[in-house]
Amino acid sequence: MAERKIKIATTSLAGCFGCHMSFLDIDEKLVLLNDRIEFNRSPFTDIKQCSPSDIGLIEGGVCNADNVRVLREFRASCAILIAVGACAITGGVPAMRNYFDLRECLEEVYLNGTGVTNPQIPSDMELPLLLDKVYPVQEVVKIDYFLPGCPPSADAFLQMLVPLLDGQKPRLATDQLHYD
Amino acid sequence: MTYESNKAIDANSITIDGETVPFDAGQTIMDAALAAKIHIPHLCHYPGLTPAGNCRLCMVEMNGESVAACVTQAQSGQQVSSNTPELNAARLAITQMLFVEGNHICPSCEKSGNCRLQAMGYYLGMLEEHFHQFNPRREIDASHSTVLLDRDRCILCDLCVRASRDIDKKNVFAIAGRGIHARLVVNTASGKLGDSNIEENDLAAKICPVGAILIRERSFDSPVGERIYDRRSISDTALTEHVPEKEVDRG
Amino acid sequence: MLVLMKNQSRPRSLIFDKQHLLHRLYILQQQDRHISSETIVRVAGECNMPVSQVASVVDFYSFFYREPVGQYHMLLSNCTSCGYQAGETDLLKMLCRSLNVDPGITRADGRVSISETSCIGMCDHGASMLINGIPLVGLDETKVVRIAGLVEQQMTLCQWPQDWFQITHPIRQGGMLLNNVGPPGNSLTKALSTGPGRTLDMIEYSGLRGRGGAGFSTGKKWRFCREATGDTHYVVCNADEGEPGTFKDRFLLQCHAGALFEGMAICASVIGARKGFLYLRGEYRYLLTHLQEALELQYNNNLLGCSILGHAGFDFDIEIVVGAGAYICGEESALIESLEGKPGVPRIRPPFPVTCGYLGQPTAVNNVETFIAAAYIVDHGSGVFRMSGTEHSAGSKILSISGDCRNPGIYEYAFGVSIQQVLNDCGADNAQAVQIGGPAGTLVARRDFRRRISFEDVSTGGSFLVFGENRDLLAVNQNFARFFAHESCGFCTPCRVGTRLMEGSLQKIVDGRAVAADIDEIKRLSSLIMRYSHCGLGHTAANHMLDSLKQFPDLFEERIMRQAFSPQIDLEAALETARQITHRDDADAHLD
Ligand SMILES: Cc1cc2nc3c(=O)[nH]c(=O)nc-3n(C[C@H](O)[C@H](O)[C@H](O)COP(=O)(O)O)c2cc1C
Ligand code: SF4
Ligand code: SF4
Ligand code: SF4
Ligand code: FES
Ligand code: FES
Repeated sequence: MAERKIKIATTSLAGCFGCHMSFLDIDEKLVLLNDRIEFNRSPFTDIKQCSPSDIGLIEGGVCNADNVRVLREFRASCAILIAVGACAITGGVPAMRNYFDLRECLEEVYLNGTGVTNPQIPSDMELPLLLDKVYPVQEVVKIDYFLPGCPPSADAFLQMLVPLLDGQKPRLATDQLHYD
Repeated sequence: MTYESNKAIDANSITIDGETVPFDAGQTIMDAALAAKIHIPHLCHYPGLTPAGNCRLCMVEMNGESVAACVTQAQSGQQVSSNTPELNAARLAITQMLFVEGNHICPSCEKSGNCRLQAMGYYLGMLEEHFHQFNPRREIDASHSTVLLDRDRCILCDLCVRASRDIDKKNVFAIAGRGIHARLVVNTASGKLGDSNIEENDLAAKICPVGAILIRERSFDSPVGERIYDRRSISDTALTEHVPEKEVDRG
Repeated sequence: MLVLMKNQSRPRSLIFDKQHLLHRLYILQQQDRHISSETIVRVAGECNMPVSQVASVVDFYSFFYREPVGQYHMLLSNCTSCGYQAGETDLLKMLCRSLNVDPGITRADGRVSISETSCIGMCDHGASMLINGIPLVGLDETKVVRIAGLVEQQMTLCQWPQDWFQITHPIRQGGMLLNNVGPPGNSLTKALSTGPGRTLDMIEYSGLRGRGGAGFSTGKKWRFCREATGDTHYVVCNADEGEPGTFKDRFLLQCHAGALFEGMAICASVIGARKGFLYLRGEYRYLLTHLQEALELQYNNNLLGCSILGHAGFDFDIEIVVGAGAYICGEESALIESLEGKPGVPRIRPPFPVTCGYLGQPTAVNNVETFIAAAYIVDHGSGVFRMSGTEHSAGSKILSISGDCRNPGIYEYAFGVSIQQVLNDCGADNAQAVQIGGPAGTLVARRDFRRRISFEDVSTGGSFLVFGENRDLLAVNQNFARFFAHESCGFCTPCRVGTRLMEGSLQKIVDGRAVAADIDEIKRLSSLIMRYSHCGLGHTAANHMLDSLKQFPDLFEERIMRQAFSPQIDLEAALETARQITHRDDADAHLD
């Protein structure tokens, strides 16, 4: 009897999709995994709403209201939530704006910066509203596991996922632990 | 010969995690541990410089008391424990504190892979920073032609201060300000590094454990995979570090 | 501070050295209302010091400013007793509103600046402030309104009602030290005729322990110091009195300076010192003139100076050094650093000051009250002293009592007095708890009021803060947490970072955003700060949290949300700036 496939949802918040690319780097092993997992909401599938899943992978930090909503939705629907990559875990490169006031940032970019034409700070209901800082995901919801790296290597993804598929606690090997 | 006679004076020994470790008069617990190739985690200590005792990574339990190994004199009969789950948990938290009080974005840092703070994180199994980030705004000093000062990453370890004062004999740096406002300052009228006499070969320019003092145009010299802590653990490299003899002579 | 030269045996310039870095900076700041980078460079040149040393001193002490402060510079105490929030109204806010100025920012016309500062030791005088360094006490709403008027009319402080500056000294309950007003010179005369060796024996036998908080045997300390080798020895009186709620040294300096200086001279004779320092906290600068006069009197009476009381070869001078706002400078090794014109960063100990103190020489550092007790012992005998108190706590303790009681002030008790007794005496009928020994000390709840003041049980450097039934104890914790974060010297990681983190964690609880895990986190953080910090500040910085959690767990439980996780950040608030910038208020512009 075929086992139920483990449902995995993934998303990128304030990230660069580098972590997703690295995940795909699992290459041929992804095929092996494929027998045991199926993707729910994910850039890989185009499913827009996250239904109950076993594992959620979050790439990227939390920079706006939309990120908060998506992250909360993931938390609500995923049994296990994993923060993936430097941006999710520390804010990463997008968090470089954190040393400035949001107002200063926006004014520099949209009003005072070099080469700005038609200076105005965008305000549109379609645009997600920015948070004052870019936050690590664990500052917003409870996170079960962390997979650091920028991006984490394909092997690191496997080290995280395979034990979880077997119902075990994953543990990252020392040589896979890096912050860049 | 000397070794023999040292061994004979077994009064001069302590134990670290159950292991008997000899010491010479005047040595700290850290000195004795390093001589015996035992790693007690440390960041603000660098053999050859006067210890400062500020990072608190080297905290050990000595006869039931918590002390900093780098500034505590070894004395016969001390029973020291260092590699315990409790102490390592405390060290992890202290490392996380150092991360959140500054601005550490490893993916964009020139020191990444060669950074002792980062390596300490690896050694202690730090997966995330745990505490709320402070996001301080700190000044970058790019006024010097070859040495760059990026205070965002400074962990106030005081190594550059001591290296410059005691070895280079230039006294280029100091720590000013109180509490969380403590910051590295440059000992010039302008406060700028460019007006100091620091040179890229000075120990002070090279000793920074993190990416706060950098030699310009030397970043990303070694490719990923071949940087210091890509290959070795800090528990290993830390055993061999020492201020080069010629620098000590100079000093 | 202008120093008048009178025709006396000891020029004031030797009592107060204007060239000391802290004094020099203070004088320059009096002229310019701040210390500019140019000033720093100039002073460094004049003092032949590294620029960075002068800069680090300026940046370390609270009372030195890099930016100009106002012509009227007001620092409101934020102590739980003499603080601007001690009453119903937030007097700081009110004062700022009345004068149209933001806290910490000098008004555009340069007229006024208003900030807060750690306890200024006026806890028995109600809400208080330092205005241009001078204590103004008994602040209330009416006074705030009048102050605003006087500032706007540019009245000089001498034109202000002088009773606002009146510091009174009610002795509510005297004891062996407070009632002892013998003729000057008795103690020192006896010490000199007894000889240093036997005087030391007396001090040792008396069982006197340090009154500054730690309770180390004074006799032992003096003996270690006497036996330590060095080119010269020093006596230092610790008059930093920074522990919030402590003001007994203020009183002793005002009313018993002679006994203090005799005590210091006795110590000098015992340890073989020719020079002593009185390190006076910057908040008590207003006492400087009085202390200078008191010292002159000692010189005139030959109780200081050369060949004291005719004993050829016994020369001893005392110099006053005034601090500039830093609680940590009460820690003896930080104090010594400060004396040496450096930031008050505690040294690595050992070596202790008794062997390696001021300028690396053997130094005996004692609290004001300790010296006075020593003088008493020499005059009246160690037996009398030992008869008072308990087995391990000989003699008496002077308490500074303040907070929710009818009769705040100075009380002296034989050690061993019960807390309940003290509360009865000071008219605290509804106390729910007392904080003994200040924020670094012990919180004692009502059920434990039988406990006793002594080194064996609840010890204190003198601070005794009463919290009545209506006190919000969590707000007290918050106040203390802010105090430590503000006063941490910044040298070591657990204290520098941990005390800040503690503030944040506590805020989360106060705001009702915390969950049970946050309480565990506070406990973990507390033990981290207390176990792994470098000095006594860190070691005690979380006592108040652990005490509260233990004695009043409900305070915390009540505010806890019954869920597994809640963010430290207030996300809805984190959108506010963006809402303002974009003028949005639609549903998507909010989270909750
Ligand atoms: C953070 C801190 C602050 C202190 N503040 C004071 C103080 O204001 N006055 C004082 O006498 N001792 C203070 N002490 C204690 C001193 O370090 C020292 O023990 C004392 O001055 C010794 O004098 P004693 O033996 O007469 O008490 C403080 C200690 C610490 C750790
Ligand atoms: S200094 Fe070290 S820890 Fe900090 S950002 Fe650079 S590599 Fe990372
Ligand atoms: S710049 Fe580097 S060496 Fe100097 S104090 Fe900062 S972290 Fe330490
Ligand atoms: S415990 Fe606090 S006050 Fe003491 S040295 Fe450390 S940072 Fe400074
Ligand atoms: S998106 Fe993967 S680390 Fe930044
Ligand atoms: S290595 Fe000992 S405190 Fe930093």
